[in-house]
Amino acid sequence: MHMADALLTPAVGGTMWAASAGTIAYCSNRVRNELDDKKVPLMGVLGAFLFAAQMINFTIPATGSSGHLGGGLLLTILLGPYAAYLTISSVLVVQALFFADGGLLALGCNIFNMGFIPAFVVYPLIYKRIIGANPSPARLTAATMVAAIVGLQLGPFCVVLETWFSGISSLPFSTFVLLMQPIHLAIGAVEGVVTAAILSFVFKARPEILRTALEARPIGNQSVRNVVLAFLAAAIITGGFVSWFASENPDGLEWAIAKVTGKEELKGSGYWFSDVLGSLQEKTAFLPDYNFKKPAEQNMSQDQPVAGSREGQPTDDGSRLGTSVSGLLGTFMVLVLALCGGYLLKKRNQAAG
Amino acid sequence: MASIDGALLDFKRLDQLAMGNTSLHRLDPRAKVLTTIVFIISVISFNKYELSALAPYFIFPVALVALGDLPPLLIVKKILLLCPFVLMVGLFNPVLDRAVFFHLGPVGITGGMISFTSIVARSVLTVGAAIILVCVTGFSDICRAMERLGMPQVFAVQLHFLYRYIFVLIDEGGRASRARQLRCFGKKGLGMKTYGSMLGHLLLRTWMRAERIHMAMLARGFTGEFRTRHEYRFGGREALFLLGWTTLFIVFRFVNISRLLGAFFTGNFQ
Repeated sequence: MHMADALLTPAVGGTMWAASAGTIAYCSNRVRNELDDKKVPLMGVLGAFLFAAQMINFTIPATGSSGHLGGGLLLTILLGPYAAYLTISSVLVVQALFFADGGLLALGCNIFNMGFIPAFVVYPLIYKRIIGANPSPARLTAATMVAAIVGLQLGPFCVVLETWFSGISSLPFSTFVLLMQPIHLAIGAVEGVVTAAILSFVFKARPEILRTALEARPIGNQSVRNVVLAFLAAAIITGGFVSWFASENPDGLEWAIAKVTGKEELKGSGYWFSDVLGSLQEKTAFLPDYNFKKPAEQNMSQDQPVAGSREGQPTDDGSRLGTSVSGLLGTFMVLVLALCGGYLLKKRNQAAG
Repeated sequence: MASIDGALLDFKRLDQLAMGNTSLHRLDPRAKVLTTIVFIISVISFNKYELSALAPYFIFPVALVALGDLPPLLIVKKILLLCPFVLMVGLFNPVLDRAVFFHLGPVGITGGMISFTSIVARSVLTVGAAIILVCVTGFSDICRAMERLGMPQVFAVQLHFLYRYIFVLIDEGGRASRARQLRCFGKKGLGMKTYGSMLGHLLLRTWMRAERIHMAMLARGFTGEFRTRHEYRFGGREALFLLGWTTLFIVFRFVNISRLLGAFFTGNFQ
């Protein structure tokens, strides 16, 4: 359920990035100031453990399919929310870079969905409540099960929200929710069983590890609430800022550029050389008889499939076809040129080296 | 990730590529990280029906693969393992968005088809950019660049640590998993019961390893900072790289090169 760059807009991705990065800064501070330095190697090596553990599969009884550990909750229980958040984030960074899981901009979303939710939402609000003051193996199992299921409902729900806000996918919100949530109910239950199995094994073999984890200074609700509030504030400020200039203009980036260059509109930037090219093309056009109607309106890029544009309107369809064919042809040519350029660069490089 | 050993090999392969010594590898990692970020943001800032304007962006990954002397097939193979989630979600676009955009001969091209192709193109570009960044920079250099750009030191140390032990622990996990597979005939024993205690054992061993590492590090005077030999300098070449590519991306963002080129040959100017 890694979120991906391709489904995000810069506004959504940037907002989540800013908020996640802010939380990383906050947690780094907490870890440095409050925790003993023994946690440093522990966090690093446990991150690597999570990596290895995610690659080991098991068969899920009665289905024949296989699953693996997600591990966000496990790390939070073992390390506490601050250190766990940093560890999960670091694992996601490596996955984004080496395994193409998601992407670099989607990292903010992924860190939120898989790190923030288990560490700062599920752990204090659900796990801590159920396990209570004096933990027993039964309570441990129950708390783990419930926390895993809730966590894996909230995470995918956030994926749906992020996708929906971006609007690149055409999936309606309700359909997407109906697709994601039931699947993740099953995944959450499996995650809960596996996490509980590992924890109960550790509880039997080396109870002192869990005991220190369970009896670690109760992270007062206060500080966790601070993190949640800070995260919300960061998200609202960035999101508000981004959508403020995104709403006035169709595209925030265009607005920013227009501000920088001092021009109101950049749409005309292609015109001056289209005149020059226009006089040239009569000699070079290899599809001169390809008769396109000159379009009345410009700017195909903002053209959306409007319900009213039917095939019965030849002018519209014709102009659209015209731009589309030249668009397709141009796309193909640019790609070929790029590849040839790369090939030549490589040749030259090898000759020089 | 079907085979653990395969994943480990892939990992090591990317790591080795990063040790190359081309002019691209020698650039200050900050220039490469920033350029990649600008690249990704400009690629995904197009509206969902944009396709032709994305084509010129392929110049960036192609040029880096050529300049960095990377094996093109390996990169293409890595990119083709595209996040299945994207494809799954994207596949709904052609199904749901059936408004006909234009006709190409007898075939009606719908908005959904265009936006799906656009999503795939975005995926290839963004995923490719990330993988190529690793191949020409290396993970530790990316971390160092991020640290210089303001990432908290604790998190940087965490990333370095994680990266150093990933290889060790994947090895160990792979061995445990292979041992389990060899002992279960007809798939009995691959279930959750052995899985729980196997991972539990791996976890305990990891924990003890961390304690040993900690003591060893204390004995060698660790103060919470990794010291490294490489010193990079953000000089003229870096500035040229960053500014050159950034300008190109912004031009591509506002001038649809593909359509201009196509119009040039079909004579359909607007």
